[in-house]
Amino acid sequence: MVNVLLPVSTIWWREIIRFYRQRSRLLSAFAQPLVFWILIGSGLGASFQPSGTSEETTYIEYFYPGIVVLVLLFTAIFATISVVNERREGFLQGVLIAPVARWSIVLGQALGGTTLALLQGVLLLFLAPLIGIRFGLSSLCLTIGVMVILAFGLTNLGLIIAWRMDSTQGFHAIMNLILIPIWLLSGAFFPSIGAPSWLGWVMKLNPLTYGVTAFRNSLYLDTATINGNMPTLGFSILIISLFCILTCLGATYTASTKTV
Amino acid sequence: MNDKITVENLTHTYGTRCALDNISFTVSCGEIFCLLGPNGSGKTTLFKILSTLMKPTSGNVDILGFDLNTKSKAIRKLLGVVFQHPGLDIKLTVTENLRHHGHLYGLKGKTLKHRISELLERFGIIDRTHDIVEELSGGLRRRVEIAKAMLHSPSVLLLDEPSSGLDVGARRQLSDNLNSLATTENILILLTTHHLDEADLSTRVGMLDSGRLVTVGTPDELKDIITGNVVLIETTNGDTLSQAIAEKFEVSHTLIGNHIHIECKQGHEFVKEVAAAFPNDIRSIRVGKASLEDVFTKLTGNPFV
Repeated sequence: MVNVLLPVSTIWWREIIRFYRQRSRLLSAFAQPLVFWILIGSGLGASFQPSGTSEETTYIEYFYPGIVVLVLLFTAIFATISVVNERREGFLQGVLIAPVARWSIVLGQALGGTTLALLQGVLLLFLAPLIGIRFGLSSLCLTIGVMVILAFGLTNLGLIIAWRMDSTQGFHAIMNLILIPIWLLSGAFFPSIGAPSWLGWVMKLNPLTYGVTAFRNSLYLDTATINGNMPTLGFSILIISLFCILTCLGATYTASTKTV
Repeated sequence: MNDKITVENLTHTYGTRCALDNISFTVSCGEIFCLLGPNGSGKTTLFKILSTLMKPTSGNVDILGFDLNTKSKAIRKLLGVVFQHPGLDIKLTVTENLRHHGHLYGLKGKTLKHRISELLERFGIIDRTHDIVEELSGGLRRRVEIAKAMLHSPSVLLLDEPSSGLDVGARRQLSDNLNSLATTENILILLTTHHLDEADLSTRVGMLDSGRLVTVGTPDELKDIITGNVVLIETTNGDTLSQAIAEKFEVSHTLIGNHIHIECKQGHEFVKEVAAAFPNDIRSIRVGKASLEDVFTKLTGNPFV
């Protein structure tokens, strides 16, 4: 067992140390969504009442769960993008020729990204009371649990992309073409009620919709202001758990098939 | 387990391009074996295969009694590898890099700590233990890389272009370190290089050109291929002058661009005669003992670039 835990933990630990020494990464992964939230949330709040929400729900409040998910997504992206360069350089090559299983390398990387995403997500939770969101202990625990599943799934998704890309430019292209639209169409930015039916379907098929919903539902667990045609909390957690397992298997498979 | 690396009929192709063409050689523990070749000769491909990063298209490689195709996991425990690209995380300290590496090889606790100090002491970097790697010079980083590769006490040390980017002093230091490892620890060192002086310091040299292993031998054996001196004439009309010299003096030559390489027993006498015979055609003329570059040129007909 030690043989398995030691490589996983050392790779995880390296991700944390690297983040600690490159604190500017906080700006891109944490501060940027925060600025989006304040600017877009305040700007749109004056003229936009999200469909299916009560009168008291301001747009900045509606937007909040989506922003937390965006922080998780950005952290996952920035934590995994370094794999692209490291694969070509000596460092990761050195790890790949060590007598350890490829899945343990991927698991260490994924847990590292998950921890960083979670830390930043939890930091953002402290802002929730400022916009009037109140939650109790059970709600907080469930919310954090959902964040863990989501962060792990998104980091593994990032790893699947990073292990396939030969350049960071390619990763950025995927980020703009796929990852950001996935987030935009997850109910983070606007609800599916009132959206054209084709868009409604896209949102229904988007796994991140269930991530945002699970987060939103667990956040309001105690106050129960959930509404509209959103999936239930249980179903959402089931979907994101499946997403998490599939991306984890996908990342391990991708890394195992790559030589360098 | 034996104490040899045996490569037999190794071939590797990328699509239709043949990067390694039927290569065979053997290296024993205690030797520093140098794969010398210009850029694009197949050194890095061979290196990636030996370090288990890539499977060859065909052929057999046996490393200390383990078949590379079937026993790569066992082989990985025996290998210490220094890649051409920097293998250290520059955001980590020297010790953190070594500890990370040690954990991947199952070392931990006091054993690991002791081994790290021992190696940093050996390579003269004990005072830089807690420095972040990005603050170190190229030469120091290379020493840390070798210490890292040696951490799990491998029987084989593979180094890809270890002297690239190092100044003369750091290169000499590197060479001393490798010599001391080969002699005191009896490990097998295999390195690739395109620096001729580095090859000169190794036990044996294998010359690679366009994926073929042209020759293998000690630096002295290889230089003996050329008898006497090598005269290098630079001219503006290589074709005509080389023919004229060959007819007049009956010497064998190799023409590369406008440089004529001539092998002769009494180089100094020959220089006088050839300069007197063709005073207007020669731009410069140089005479010297045979170098590995001359041997490469003679055997391949190609310049070493």
